[in-house]
Amino acid sequence: MSTISTVKKEVPVDAPRAELESAVVRFAGDSGDGMQLTGGQFTLATALAGNDLATFPDFPAEIRAPAGTTFGVSSFQINFGSHGIKTSGDSFDLLVAMNPAALKVELKGLKQSGIILADTGSFSDRNLRKAGYDGNPLEDGSLDAYRVIALDISQLTLDSVKEHGLSNKEALRCKNLWTLGFIYWMFGRKRKATTDWLETKFAKRPELAAANVAALNAGHAVAETSEILDGFQGFAIPQATISPGQYRAVTGAEAMAWGLTAGCQLAELQMVFCSYPITPASSVLHTLSTMAAFGVTTFQAEDEIAAACAAIGASYAGGMGITSSSGPGVALKGEALGLAISTELPLVVLNSQRAGPSTGMPTKTEQSDLYQSVYGRNADSPVCVLAARSPADCFDVGIEAVRIATKFMTPVIVLTDGYIGNAAEPWLIPDVAEMRKFPVNFEAETEDFHPFKRDPETLARSWAVPGVAGLEHRIGGIEKDYDSGHISYDPANHQKMTDARFAKIKGIADDTPPQKVDNGPEIGKMAIVGWGSSYGPISRAVDNLLAEGLEVSHIHIRNIWPLPKNLGGLLSGFDQVVVPEMNNGQMLTVLRSEYLVDAQGINKVTGQPFTIAELEEGVRARLGG
Amino acid sequence: MNVVAKPEALKPKDYASDQEVRWCPGCGDYAILRAVQKALADIGAKKEKTVFVSGIGCAARFPYYLSTYGFHTIHGRAPSIATGIKITNPELDVWIVSGDGDSLSIGGNHLLHLIRRNVDVQFLLFNNEIYGLTKGQYSPTSRAGTRSPSTPLGSVDKPISPVAFALGAGARFIARGIDSMQKKLPDVFARAHAHKGASFVEIYQNCIVYNDGVFSNFTEKDVVANRQIHLEHGKPMIFGAENQFGLRVADGKLALEVVSIGEDGITEDDIVVHDETDRIMAHMLAEMQGADRPVAIGVLYCDPMASYEEGMQGLQARAEKQAMTHDLNELLRRGHTWTVEDA
Ligand SMILES: Cc1ncc(C[n+]2csc(CCOP(=O)(O)OP(=O)(O)O)c2C)c(N)n1
Ligand code: SF4
Ligand SMILES: [Mg+2]
Repeated sequence: MSTISTVKKEVPVDAPRAELESAVVRFAGDSGDGMQLTGGQFTLATALAGNDLATFPDFPAEIRAPAGTTFGVSSFQINFGSHGIKTSGDSFDLLVAMNPAALKVELKGLKQSGIILADTGSFSDRNLRKAGYDGNPLEDGSLDAYRVIALDISQLTLDSVKEHGLSNKEALRCKNLWTLGFIYWMFGRKRKATTDWLETKFAKRPELAAANVAALNAGHAVAETSEILDGFQGFAIPQATISPGQYRAVTGAEAMAWGLTAGCQLAELQMVFCSYPITPASSVLHTLSTMAAFGVTTFQAEDEIAAACAAIGASYAGGMGITSSSGPGVALKGEALGLAISTELPLVVLNSQRAGPSTGMPTKTEQSDLYQSVYGRNADSPVCVLAARSPADCFDVGIEAVRIATKFMTPVIVLTDGYIGNAAEPWLIPDVAEMRKFPVNFEAETEDFHPFKRDPETLARSWAVPGVAGLEHRIGGIEKDYDSGHISYDPANHQKMTDARFAKIKGIADDTPPQKVDNGPEIGKMAIVGWGSSYGPISRAVDNLLAEGLEVSHIHIRNIWPLPKNLGGLLSGFDQVVVPEMNNGQMLTVLRSEYLVDAQGINKVTGQPFTIAELEEGVRARLGG
Repeated sequence: MNVVAKPEALKPKDYASDQEVRWCPGCGDYAILRAVQKALADIGAKKEKTVFVSGIGCAARFPYYLSTYGFHTIHGRAPSIATGIKITNPELDVWIVSGDGDSLSIGGNHLLHLIRRNVDVQFLLFNNEIYGLTKGQYSPTSRAGTRSPSTPLGSVDKPISPVAFALGAGARFIARGIDSMQKKLPDVFARAHAHKGASFVEIYQNCIVYNDGVFSNFTEKDVVANRQIHLEHGKPMIFGAENQFGLRVADGKLALEVVSIGEDGITEDDIVVHDETDRIMAHMLAEMQGADRPVAIGVLYCDPMASYEEGMQGLQARAEKQAMTHDLNELLRRGHTWTVEDA
């Protein structure tokens, strides 16, 4: 089913609303409260209202945490506004707390004098105790610094759906839509998209659809007709200036799955995606598993080693072998990567990074596998490494990975992380039919054939695929003779092959765009160099600092290896180079060793993305010095 | 009339590559190589459609010596690479060559899953009960007490039976051969090739350098007839220099026992007829080690079922039929989208 709605450029008429440039809302409740769903609907309504936005879901690590506990809290955050929304927001303006545990966990992120919407119906003694409260925070004055809207949402919901004959349990389940209706009014959102969605979702149970719509409307009506806060008439957030076109919300995992698929279609190759489940990488496997009709074959292997090897087998047989995991799984793939490097087969290795070492914090984000990607193998074994910067960017990076892997006959490691994978942002949907194709030319010439014949320009070896008479050959991980492809232990030949593999990867930099300065002057006081998912907060922080009149520039690196050819020169034009990373300084040492530049790090490894505020503070501290 | 000349049938030597074979003189691998080349000629294998995949070890050098496609990969992982090849191009005829260490130590997990999935390949396990390439350490098939550079006082751990392992993993084709069995070995390979699905073949291979004679208790000339039984589907399981012995199910047990035909009133009618499709029988045959009961040679078990690739192709067809669209552009525009108009 497709639903296309149109964002109309219009002036809001409800005049008394307080105008905000942007707002951050966090929906928090028990895992069973439907917060992700509520957040998703609010996102859609907000997109339709013409705001720029970014979202982030925050799930509990436990699969089925006991109800009412702090570790069972599931949250969804959205930042929306009239310009330049690049992160899901630092602290929030409105916290929706469906139970005491949600309040307990999330209160620390609420802005000073922020608004709390709480369901008093769930603030029972038992739930309060489960959340670790001695008294009731809604009554003991401990929330006086905030603006609290305490309503018995549970009861109000039950009242609103009474006539639809649901069981008590089913009726209570409509709580999230009641709440959504309430918040829709607060921000002047339209209900139509959500009622349409409910009617489709519950097409087979019309009484559920009707009850949920009733709850949504009731919540909206209560907000509209009652004085919920002193003098509060709701918020208005002006529309953002957004390029015209058709949009959708996309998560990094979806964009990556679609980008890789598009890349394989542009290369005219069958995609063979081999993976072993691991958080947070599995969502790409799940998305691709539904895409058999688009030339995608998925294979759930017995482990990560088998997944990498099956992908190599796929490429050997003339498909585009792709394997995907997170850091611990990529570690297991290391030896297989060496085989793909030695046999010079195309391969894409997707790493959705997570906090480590070892199991670490699987659901938390980090960008600490840069060393692993660039250096983390035995012997001299260079590969290409790319990093995506945002959910939508995953689409382009997926295509680029396939292009480079096939053009240069090399593994390409693609770095994303848990944050990018789960977060969503609006995406101007591209036209895949209009994209430039890069069809692969398999070897067809039997005359003078040997498997390590190289393209003189790219140094890529020829890709001869089993099935073709006259091209029968043997390859493997043993060193090959440069001129015949046969096994060779000749010392000079090993030097020559090592140099060739190195030069081939280095040459990728001739085929990829030069490094640009994202924002700020091209030469100046301070370059702030980032990569991967910290793009959003760094970009916004630099924006703010430039607006304050500080002289800073933002350089964002997508091509992690080989680095862009002009990067060294670019960096030398700045007095200071600062590298914010969610690791202990990995890009930092790469830049220092490549360019002998006295770069300094801003490092954070808490499992949480950078906030804009802490980046601004870090930069100011270094500018002062 | 237009007569199309039939292409000259390939001979065993046509399957040999131009590479010098580098096993130790007298190594059992030479004989297996000859038998494979003969089998390829017998079945009329197309060189361009044939791929030999191997891991690491002496045995794993095999692909270099054939003129087909070949992929010498990494230790233990040949089954995974072969699986990737087969799901990408099921038309290819894939053989895997592996040693006992390669397939049952480092690669045990992958072999298990290759068999369980029933990927349509031939898996040849060269069992020399030793790590040849790394100079003679004991392997997972070495008998307890094996003295080797890493077990100077003898190994402690019990060996695994490759055939029992394959059965446990759900293999639908299991055969066994011996390197020295030049006449019969090509036929065993041809049978493995004819079987759709994962065909598992264990070949006892003598490592003349590090484990010479480990199989002599059933391969020496004077004991061959009494210590080996060559199975034939539908025939009574009789063996011995004068066909004087037979196998029957022991009274009150699920095990085979050796009986002498003509003694105690036992006739040929008392001997069990080999039924390749009988899984329980295959388990009993796998148990026989040579000392009290003969080692079973030939096809122990063959009972085909749909291969993994067939299953995958079926899923693919279903997915294509059910798909609302095959156009990526359309997929990207499904679900909730919104259009921002020109200001
Ligand atoms: C990852 C890895 N670990 C260890 C080795 C060393 N190695 C190579 S072959 C081998 C054992 C080979 O034994 P087997 O599979 O029985 O083959 P054979 O040489 O006996 O034919 C070992 C341990 C390796 N090549 N790779
Ligand atoms: S070491 Fe043993 S198995 Fe290896 S080639 Fe020599 S004889 Fe054959
Ligand atoms: Mg061995």
